[in-house]
Amino acid sequence: MTQSPTLSRRSASSTPPLPRKSRQRGTDARAGYTFLLPWLLGFIALTVGPMISSLYLSFTNYNLFEPPKWIGLDNYTTLFQDERFLQSVGVTVGYVVFGTPLKLAAALAVAMLLNSKRRGQGFYRSAFYAPSLIGASVSIAIVWKAMFGDSGPVDQGLSFFGINLGGWVGNPAMTMPMFILLTVWQFGAPMVIFLAGLKQIPGELYEAASMDGAGPVRKFFNITWPMLSPVIFFNLLMETIHAFQIFASAYIISNGEGGPAGSTLFYTLYLYLRGFSDFRMGYASAMAWLLVIVVGIITLIFFRTSKSWVHYSGDSR
Amino acid sequence: MTTMATPTQSTPDSAAPAYNPKSESTGTKRAKSVIFHIVALALTAIVLYPGLWMIASSFKPNSEIGGQNTSLWSNNFSFDNFVTAMDGIGGVSTLQFFTNSLILAIGAVVGTVLSASVSAYAFARINFPGRSVFFGMMIATLLLPFHVVIIPQYIVFQQLGLVDTYVPLLIGKFLAADAFFVFLMVQFMRGLPAELDEAARIDGAGHARIFGSIMLPLMKPALISTSIFSFIWSWNDFLGPLLYLNTPDKYPLPLALRLFVDQTQSSDYGAMIAMSVLALLPVLIFFLIFQRYIVEGVSTQGLKG
Repeated sequence: MTQSPTLSRRSASSTPPLPRKSRQRGTDARAGYTFLLPWLLGFIALTVGPMISSLYLSFTNYNLFEPPKWIGLDNYTTLFQDERFLQSVGVTVGYVVFGTPLKLAAALAVAMLLNSKRRGQGFYRSAFYAPSLIGASVSIAIVWKAMFGDSGPVDQGLSFFGINLGGWVGNPAMTMPMFILLTVWQFGAPMVIFLAGLKQIPGELYEAASMDGAGPVRKFFNITWPMLSPVIFFNLLMETIHAFQIFASAYIISNGEGGPAGSTLFYTLYLYLRGFSDFRMGYASAMAWLLVIVVGIITLIFFRTSKSWVHYSGDSR
Repeated sequence: MTTMATPTQSTPDSAAPAYNPKSESTGTKRAKSVIFHIVALALTAIVLYPGLWMIASSFKPNSEIGGQNTSLWSNNFSFDNFVTAMDGIGGVSTLQFFTNSLILAIGAVVGTVLSASVSAYAFARINFPGRSVFFGMMIATLLLPFHVVIIPQYIVFQQLGLVDTYVPLLIGKFLAADAFFVFLMVQFMRGLPAELDEAARIDGAGHARIFGSIMLPLMKPALISTSIFSFIWSWNDFLGPLLYLNTPDKYPLPLALRLFVDQTQSSDYGAMIAMSVLALLPVLIFFLIFQRYIVEGVSTQGLKG
């Protein structure tokens, strides 16, 4: 279901034609499952099994030490009266809604800037990509915290312009911008993907548009955007889903507490605290399942609405 | 962790068809080029600043890291912070943390390459009943927030007495649990000509032979991408070790860093940042060496950092 439609179409056609002889089929079934064994074992033991048991646990009270006690929908109804839970939802939604589009806009803008035959393109591409590789690490979280701390370089730099915000880390109003900057800083990965997409747009389209007198804005909306829409869709889906799962940076920057004033209490951090600090495994399971449901709904909405704005031109090539 | 495949598979005709209007004079062209480089260099400076700041700070005395000093340069550069950082924390040397990270990362690479390549061969090259159903499920797990499985997994590993060992952190790698790598290899194998296995089959080769002697050697680029990324992801992983490891002498670097932050707080910023630099060093070295592979991997296969 995550696969982009172009890909699945293309892959379906590129699957090698397989022999139809029944004898062959018998051996292939055996060989198939033998080769598939590692994945199949992992899928059953590490994904399906745990998913079912966490669904069960989400209807229980379980603290690891006493047997789970069935409480029906209580965990779910409690969640919506739990102020910290609601706060974590707010924090995470704010992060996803502002961080992801900003990051993708930066990625697209820089990709368009780099999409030309100019010297140094490879260098810029690598330099811009580097943060994506390290951005989610503990090291960078520590650096971020130091940079945005009281009288850190960001504070210093801003006061040079007469803006005195103090440290961002301790200011509940500024922690979200700090996290959004952290994710926008990692624009390199979607940028590289955009760049690959931009290179596939035939140059003749732009030439023809120029001859018809189209300016850069019209070219962007009439050529670049529609031609790039599958890639935009892909990046938007993946970045959105991953934004929901931010953890290490939130944990390190807030010392594992989600402060100040709960302003960095991201969803997964709260889930972790409930499950592994308070040992409320049932409650945390309910949170995990809500996340799965929400991510599933978002994916569905993305795919549904994609029909109206994502264009696949696979056949024309 | 972040991943997926892009719709933009690179095709032979993808050499940048940059458009140059004929009417432009060489003068405006040069001006445009200058503006491009000014903008791009300014962006580079902003993007690289946190990294440069981190490296510069790791050589500075504590008094100069915060305070009134924003410049990257200092007259008091020294290795003192690194000396302190190498002492480690909680009675465990930093070398031990490095070793632990390395064991986990190498285990992750070996496990992922083995299990993902074998499973991918089944998906890409063998026709068996249920293949498309399983393939769909494998794809679905790519989007699944993994938090939904960590609680039951933890409970099971705890009952098996495997908490505070590396088993929970590595077993998934040997069972192709990072579906992304399976997907990557399936896509790669599908790009290899089917005639190869047909010819081998006519010559009487079984699947084991075809996989071992034909597919694996041809899959080198995919295996390299997989190795690089599984190494880096394992190296940077924080949640897994945080859940499963309790004794400091088993900690990999990210957990050691957290311990360092907890115990020293802001008292020794310099050493803390020096240790952050040390923890990132292998990733940065990897990036410098395999830059092309990494960036190409991202653009053609949608791999991410």
